[in-house]
Amino acid sequence: MRSGILQSAERTNFTPVVEFHQVNKWFGPLHVLKQINLKIAKGEVVVICGPSGSGKSTLIRCINRLEPIQSGEIIVDGERLSDPALDLTALRAEIGFVFQQFNLYPHLTAMQNITLAPIKVRNLPRPQAEKLATKLLVRVGIPDKAQAYPANLSGGQQQRVAIARALAMQPKIMLFDEPTSALDPEMINEVLEVMSDLAREGMTMVVVTHEMGFARRVADRMVFLDEGQIIEEGRPESFFTAPKSERTKQFLSKILSH
Amino acid sequence: MAYQFDWSVLWTGQSGFWLLQGLFTTLRLSALAWLLAAGLGIVSGALRTVAFKPLAALAALYVESFRNVPLLVWMFFWYFAVPPALPGPVQDWLYGHGIEFLAGMFALGVYHGARFSEIIRGGIQSIPKTQFEAALSTGLTTAQTYRLVILPITLRLIIPPATNESLNLLKNSSVALTISVAELTFQTRQIEAYTAKAFEALTAGTLIYLVLCLTIAAIMARVERRVAIPGMIARVSPAEH
Ligand SMILES: Nc1ncnc2c1ncn2[C@@H]1O[C@H](COP(=O)(O)OP(=O)(O)OP(=O)(O)O)[C@@H](O)[C@H]1O
Ligand SMILES: [Mg+2]
Repeated sequence: MRSGILQSAERTNFTPVVEFHQVNKWFGPLHVLKQINLKIAKGEVVVICGPSGSGKSTLIRCINRLEPIQSGEIIVDGERLSDPALDLTALRAEIGFVFQQFNLYPHLTAMQNITLAPIKVRNLPRPQAEKLATKLLVRVGIPDKAQAYPANLSGGQQQRVAIARALAMQPKIMLFDEPTSALDPEMINEVLEVMSDLAREGMTMVVVTHEMGFARRVADRMVFLDEGQIIEEGRPESFFTAPKSERTKQFLSKILSH
Repeated sequence: MAYQFDWSVLWTGQSGFWLLQGLFTTLRLSALAWLLAAGLGIVSGALRTVAFKPLAALAALYVESFRNVPLLVWMFFWYFAVPPALPGPVQDWLYGHGIEFLAGMFALGVYHGARFSEIIRGGIQSIPKTQFEAALSTGLTTAQTYRLVILPITLRLIIPPATNESLNLLKNSSVALTISVAELTFQTRQIEAYTAKAFEALTAGTLIYLVLCLTIAAIMARVERRVAIPGMIARVSPAEH
């Protein structure tokens, strides 16, 4: 298990690729992230869970600066997000983001969805980009859907194209915001499998999900967020079997009971 | 005495030639004004939706000032008011190159550009915000996101209201007769003046406009089916006023 590897490496060889330092975020008067401190190591898989409205999406969206923060500092791959000289598009190109609602480009085929950014951002020649896309479609298990438009794909297939689209930029980090929440139950596993494969290959991943089975199997670390605060974090074994905080216990009992 | 119909006035003498010339001028005036309007509409419509406030405000200023003043007034403005305010050499050039046509084209293009702008803005705003975020997340710049993702989707969605507005532009090109552009309506009036056959002349003009508009509508309906986004039926309602 990869978890084992990290366990010993955690203290000694921890190279953070994402760091939150005392991060605070408000939406108007609403304080949605409170004094967040979090370090995510290269190759680590962090699962973020918590009740609805606790700030999970906001937290993950801060990592590629889809949301600005009002105080504190976020450092991604050595770059301070508050740095006025930051090349934001270059940084975003290194961070894959997978949304709950897939957000494929509806007017483009699966192939075109995947090749758009490599061609326009990385200046990859089209044939090369298409070769890469073909490989990625095999990897996510839908090699025959290259020419299909999003509307003609099932939800699970759309989400896998969305993952392939993110991977086509060869990102250093992959962020997932409830990637299976909009899917019919029978399609959830096909997406989780692709994500498990990615984790096994050593991708750094931050995943917001309510899929606790997946979290148990794949996460190196669980982070429990409630009302904008990190209440508890830890290895999945201890997090699920012996949560320290009362709020974690309550949350887990609710979510694991169904 | 009852009115004596004489349809032959339409093909005897100069009439046929005048009608053709008028038709040609109407088409040229409308096509050039349409290009100007489409360009202005797309750019200003997109700018109105950007986060950078000064640009959005500038675009809003353009739209509101042109949309809320009658076309006829703008036509007079570009024809009578603007040229004398320009430097001498520019004026000379304008008067030597058909200032009526240029002023008419400009007035039509800028006026309908403001109305196209509203349609484009409505189209862009009907696209979920997360679609922008998905594109930005892959490292595309804001400009690329608009050019490669948002506008291609928007332009497909807005074909019905944009067709409607294009037909308005074509019909409104007749207002240019007030600044002596020899377009179709102008020529129709000329035939009437020469032959005193108002009914025949105006019927001919009416039919030509009708055929033009129906043809354009039919072509646009085909284009719409041709470029339709699979599975997308979202429609944007036509611009107000
Ligand atoms: N753009 C916004 N403007 C104002 N308030 C917002 C905005 N986005 C989120 N919020 C609020 O911030 C809080 C945190 O939202 P967030 O989406 O991060 O929660 P979440 O943990 O992802 O919830 P869910 O499980 O429902 O997705 C919520 O109270 C939400 O209503
Ligand atoms: Mg959320």
